[in-house]
Amino acid sequence: MKSRLMSFIKRAAAVALFAPVLAMAAGAELHLDKAPVSKDPAVLQHGAKLFVNYCLNCHGASYVRYNRLQDIGLTEQAIRDNLLFTAEKTGELMKIAMQRDEAKVWFGAAPPDLSVIARSRASEFGSGADWLYTYLRQFYRDPARPTGWNNVVFENVGMPHVLYELQGEQVAHVSQNADGTKHVELKLAKPGKLSAEEYDKTVGDLVSFIVWMGEPVAEKRKSIGTIVLIFLAGLFVLSYALKKNYWKDIH
Amino acid sequence: MTTKSQAVLNWIDERFPLTSSIKGHLTEYYAPKNFNFWYFFGSLALMVLVIQIVTGIFLVMHYKPDASLNAAGVPVAFASVEYIMRDVPGGWIIRYLHSTGASAFFIVVYLHMFRGLLYGSYRKPRELIWVFGTLIFLALMAEAFMGYLLPWGQMSYWGAQVIVNLFSAIPVIGPDLSLVIRGDFVVSDATLNRFFSFHVIAVPLVLIGLVAAHIVALHEVGSNNPDGIEIKKKKDSTGKPLDGIPFHPYYTVKDIVGVVVFLFVFSAVVFFAPEGGGYFLEFNNFIPADPLKTPPHIAPVWYFTPFYSILRAVTYPLFGLDAKFWGVVAMGASVVIIAFLPWLDRSPVKSIRYKGPIFKVVLTIFVICFFILGYLGVLPPTPGRTLVSQICSVLYFAFFLLMPWYSQLDKCKPEPERVNFK
Repeated sequence: MKSRLMSFIKRAAAVALFAPVLAMAAGAELHLDKAPVSKDPAVLQHGAKLFVNYCLNCHGASYVRYNRLQDIGLTEQAIRDNLLFTAEKTGELMKIAMQRDEAKVWFGAAPPDLSVIARSRASEFGSGADWLYTYLRQFYRDPARPTGWNNVVFENVGMPHVLYELQGEQVAHVSQNADGTKHVELKLAKPGKLSAEEYDKTVGDLVSFIVWMGEPVAEKRKSIGTIVLIFLAGLFVLSYALKKNYWKDIH
Repeated sequence: MTTKSQAVLNWIDERFPLTSSIKGHLTEYYAPKNFNFWYFFGSLALMVLVIQIVTGIFLVMHYKPDASLNAAGVPVAFASVEYIMRDVPGGWIIRYLHSTGASAFFIVVYLHMFRGLLYGSYRKPRELIWVFGTLIFLALMAEAFMGYLLPWGQMSYWGAQVIVNLFSAIPVIGPDLSLVIRGDFVVSDATLNRFFSFHVIAVPLVLIGLVAAHIVALHEVGSNNPDGIEIKKKKDSTGKPLDGIPFHPYYTVKDIVGVVVFLFVFSAVVFFAPEGGGYFLEFNNFIPADPLKTPPHIAPVWYFTPFYSILRAVTYPLFGLDAKFWGVVAMGASVVIIAFLPWLDRSPVKSIRYKGPIFKVVLTIFVICFFILGYLGVLPPTPGRTLVSQICSVLYFAFFLLMPWYSQLDKCKPEPERVNFK
């Protein structure tokens, strides 16, 4: 009786141990390029300029105040002179004038607020920055779409390629992979103002800004965190010594 | 003590049991001297509760439970969380402490419960402590579930939608019950407001009451220990347990060390990885709730996933009732069954140190199954995964339901007379 119970238990243990192997199964793969995210103020300022010029017409960043850009080294005056197109005071939020219900009619979906887009786009395939960096570089011409544009990362996206004057126009060559999945290869059909390297760098700057905007406090958080951990390490030494001292007469 | 302060103390003691309470719960509460690593998690759970309450108080000052859209087209509730993160001085740290605290609470409580399993802390005379503990766990799950709706992100919204819909599977009263919980036909502003009310006042009150009962019951019977023997059986001439030491100062100074180590790990997450790799703050929850856009994959937060897996593992209808209903029953039973442990364990000894090989193997399987169920709970289901979760669910219940037999069959070692201490 006992041995039969034990052998059942052992068999159950074996099933339990191998279960994770059974559980693994492949899902849809998404190939993302690693985004060159920088914290350099010059990069972030360039990204801010790109963001305000190219994105902040259809997309809002309605949790971000203009004067927060002082954190990336801009002065209040520089913000007022260069970046305030749709607001009057630097303390205002980065809102847009476009009406959401109209935008929905024009694009099929209202363009999302971009304040925390870099945080929301993270997945098991890569960081949110990687997603944005790949997305903004993989638009291609598609006459079947109402905007004339399609995207490899975000198929049938409602957004047109707003940076096309910089990147130029790409076309897609679709083929089948060995496993039957779709493989899309992009070729530059009509060059833009920037070379491929310059364009990648530009998108990198823009993505760096979007990442910063997702959590402006991120760098401060880490520097405070370092102090906190050093403090706690010191406190550990003291508290451990205190404990040792109290407990020395317990046998 | 000066005569004046003694006089004040006497004045209070004649009206309120101050000195006797301090003695009974701290300076003359005798705890076994052989507590090990596993005994830190009770006091840590209490500390995390305090962290959650204090940070919660400050969050409520700035958070707005309002599902209507603001001028920029974002739900007010979602925007108010980002307002806390950006415009409230120190708001980000309060919010990260609270969001990380939720996960930390479950980690600490799971370890605290596992300690109970290891050393038989639920056995006579501590059955009520264990039952109160199970109720605390239930209340904690309700608290976490309702709190998770408040940021009003996609996962908040659809997670609540899925879980509240489960109640509609209950025969006869189900549809009306889910309507009462939601306050609407879908998760909406009404749901957000009532969950806010439950999260900040109703459930915390219940939680604090239960925690008080848990500790009072513990101090009535005294703590168990890694050897699972009663220290009160061996007393000295003055009536103090020979293997007991006053909780204060010995365990207060020891628990401070535990608190500092815990805070180190906790702070490392809060300051360097507050998203917890997408497990503590899910990536999808940075998208505002959209009732018209169902995410392709809805996963509950990690601490619910073992039980969620058990729910999904039930795929057969029975007695003319939906598989969904039996899934809900199985999920409920998987939590409630924990409370019955004191009456299921028939082993002659309490601690794993003196239990035989059967219990050790069974406990190992149980823990492995719990982890597998948790892992599968975050993934979308496939036939293979469902099969694995079914096997693990059966083993999960078998751990409890077969315990009356295997705990008696096990070849136990004799318990020592006195506790082992270094």
